[in-house]
Amino acid sequence: MVIMQGVKKVKASKARKKSNVIKRSIGERIFDVLNYTFMVFLAFIMLYPFWEMVVVSISPAVEASRIGLKIIPRGFTLEAYRQLFKSKLIGYGYYNTIMRTVIGTAMSVVLCFMTAYPLAKRDLPFRGIITTIIVIPMFFTGGLVPDFLLINDLGLYDTLWALILPMLLSTYNILVMRNFIMSIPESLEESALVDGANFFTILFRIIIPLSKPILATVALWVAVKHWNAWFDAHIYTRSNKRVVLQLILRRVLIDHNNAEVTDTLQGDEGVITKTVEAATVIVAIGPIIAVYPFLQKYFVKGVMVGSVKG
Amino acid sequence: MKKNQSGSVTSSVSAIKKPGVSKAGDLLFRCKRYKGLLIMLIPGLVWYLIFKYVPMYGVTIAFKDYKLLKGIMGSPWAGFKHFERLFNSSQFTNVFWNTLIIGIYRLIFSFPAPVIFAILLNEIRHERFKKTIQSITYLPHFISWVVVAGIIHTVLSPVDGVVNYILQFFGLGPYKFLMMPEIFRGIIIVSGIWKDIGWGSIVYLAAITGIDPQLYEAATIDGASRFRKIFSITIPSILPVVIVMFLMKVGNIMEGGRDQIMNLYNPIVYRVGDVLDTYSYRVGLIDFDYSYSTAISLFQNVVGLVFLFITNFITKRTSDEGLW
Repeated sequence: MVIMQGVKKVKASKARKKSNVIKRSIGERIFDVLNYTFMVFLAFIMLYPFWEMVVVSISPAVEASRIGLKIIPRGFTLEAYRQLFKSKLIGYGYYNTIMRTVIGTAMSVVLCFMTAYPLAKRDLPFRGIITTIIVIPMFFTGGLVPDFLLINDLGLYDTLWALILPMLLSTYNILVMRNFIMSIPESLEESALVDGANFFTILFRIIIPLSKPILATVALWVAVKHWNAWFDAHIYTRSNKRVVLQLILRRVLIDHNNAEVTDTLQGDEGVITKTVEAATVIVAIGPIIAVYPFLQKYFVKGVMVGSVKG
Repeated sequence: MKKNQSGSVTSSVSAIKKPGVSKAGDLLFRCKRYKGLLIMLIPGLVWYLIFKYVPMYGVTIAFKDYKLLKGIMGSPWAGFKHFERLFNSSQFTNVFWNTLIIGIYRLIFSFPAPVIFAILLNEIRHERFKKTIQSITYLPHFISWVVVAGIIHTVLSPVDGVVNYILQFFGLGPYKFLMMPEIFRGIIIVSGIWKDIGWGSIVYLAAITGIDPQLYEAATIDGASRFRKIFSITIPSILPVVIVMFLMKVGNIMEGGRDQIMNLYNPIVYRVGDVLDTYSYRVGLIDFDYSYSTAISLFQNVVGLVFLFITNFITKRTSDEGLW
């Protein structure tokens, strides 16, 4: 509903803008020029660092260490990528990151829906108590050490589950999903009941199909969070077999020479070259950048749904 | 807001549906009716119990001398020993102020950035151009702090960084920016703005979209200039949203942005950049001082709660609804 109204208003505002271009004073023109310039500048400083990474990653070593803006690549070599994919570490990193993202997201969305759907029923027994139970952790948490001890005591230390299980649910996502489901008219369910539909028919034929937008949005949120998560892997895993991409990045980009972990990435001089650093970044953020243009609207829609109070 | 509202709705709906049935009978009836849904809730509640409430119990180690072999329950009580240590430690005082100061800087500098950006973006008439700018500026939000910090390390590098390259034209530098305590907080703020200015503007752009176009039309007919319209229509119209967002940010002031700072700082800038999140991590998981670290986290949590309740109170006073 609210989104629909928003769309209508966007259309209205477009119409307004067209009729609005009558005449502009000099001050307004200067403002326009400055505004457009500022926007272009902003876009440049947002994109340039990523572009530089691309350029450096495909440049020959000499060219990569040249000082100055690197907008047009001079020379082309895939040596850095070749070296990168020779390393077993990247293989582990990709495998673990993909595993945690896929399994974690699938489990999260299912569990989030299973928690949100009952809470969307206004006369569910114990609804208030249950809502309180899931809201309290938003305000009060155990903190780092109790979390860490829990993972240890559960025997999850240095397993992939340590990265998946603690992230399964988020109160915010549950509430956003609950609010969305609450906006589905109850009369739909009631008429299905009258027609003799049972619980599962209603669930799979009505509620889930209608909840698709919010399921997609939550899935995207969780997936990006998993892909980018670094700190949990940093504290809950130790062995190279459990390494995730972000952890490799951290060791390559921030800690630089962590010999134990990155020896396979080091070149002849015993240091990780700039080109390999850049190639690691590209390999790690590549999938996000690749899907981003297509999924952007779902992310944005999600923010809007979340901001609708319920 | 959610709880109260839904609570009252619940009681009124059930009262209408089942007049004359006792409360217990009504509850039983609803339990039977929603049996499937209640079963559906169990896994989620078990998850909350294990992953949220067990660690909450774990907070007790802040009042104990935690021994690894004895576990949480078996370790001896220590009273407020760790808190006394905390308040007598000059390092803790320093870290606490860093957290607060960086939080305040964020409110002053980082908070208005997306608001201004949204207003400026709204003045762009070229729809295609506007969409492109939006897409580009949302992008950094989806990149992890590890990568962003890596980019910052590269850009600010004293050897071959772009910033030093540009400064050299003015006869300045080279500077080791990340080693300079006097500008470290600035780097935190600017990098935070860079990453989230676009994403943060979405909610304000939505608010601007919601403004009645007739207001602008009427103003145009009355001969108002664009600046007049920005200051007399756009800004006042989105002000309620801005205030709520601001208060939410105040409520989260103690959250120091661990991922950001941990990937940017180094021992040379601990003096200005170390915050409670990073400090409790080093104390707890590097030095293995579990009880002390938990005491730090608990203190941070409680101060955060105080801020949250104050802001919620103010929000309730200024608008009809609170933050929750």
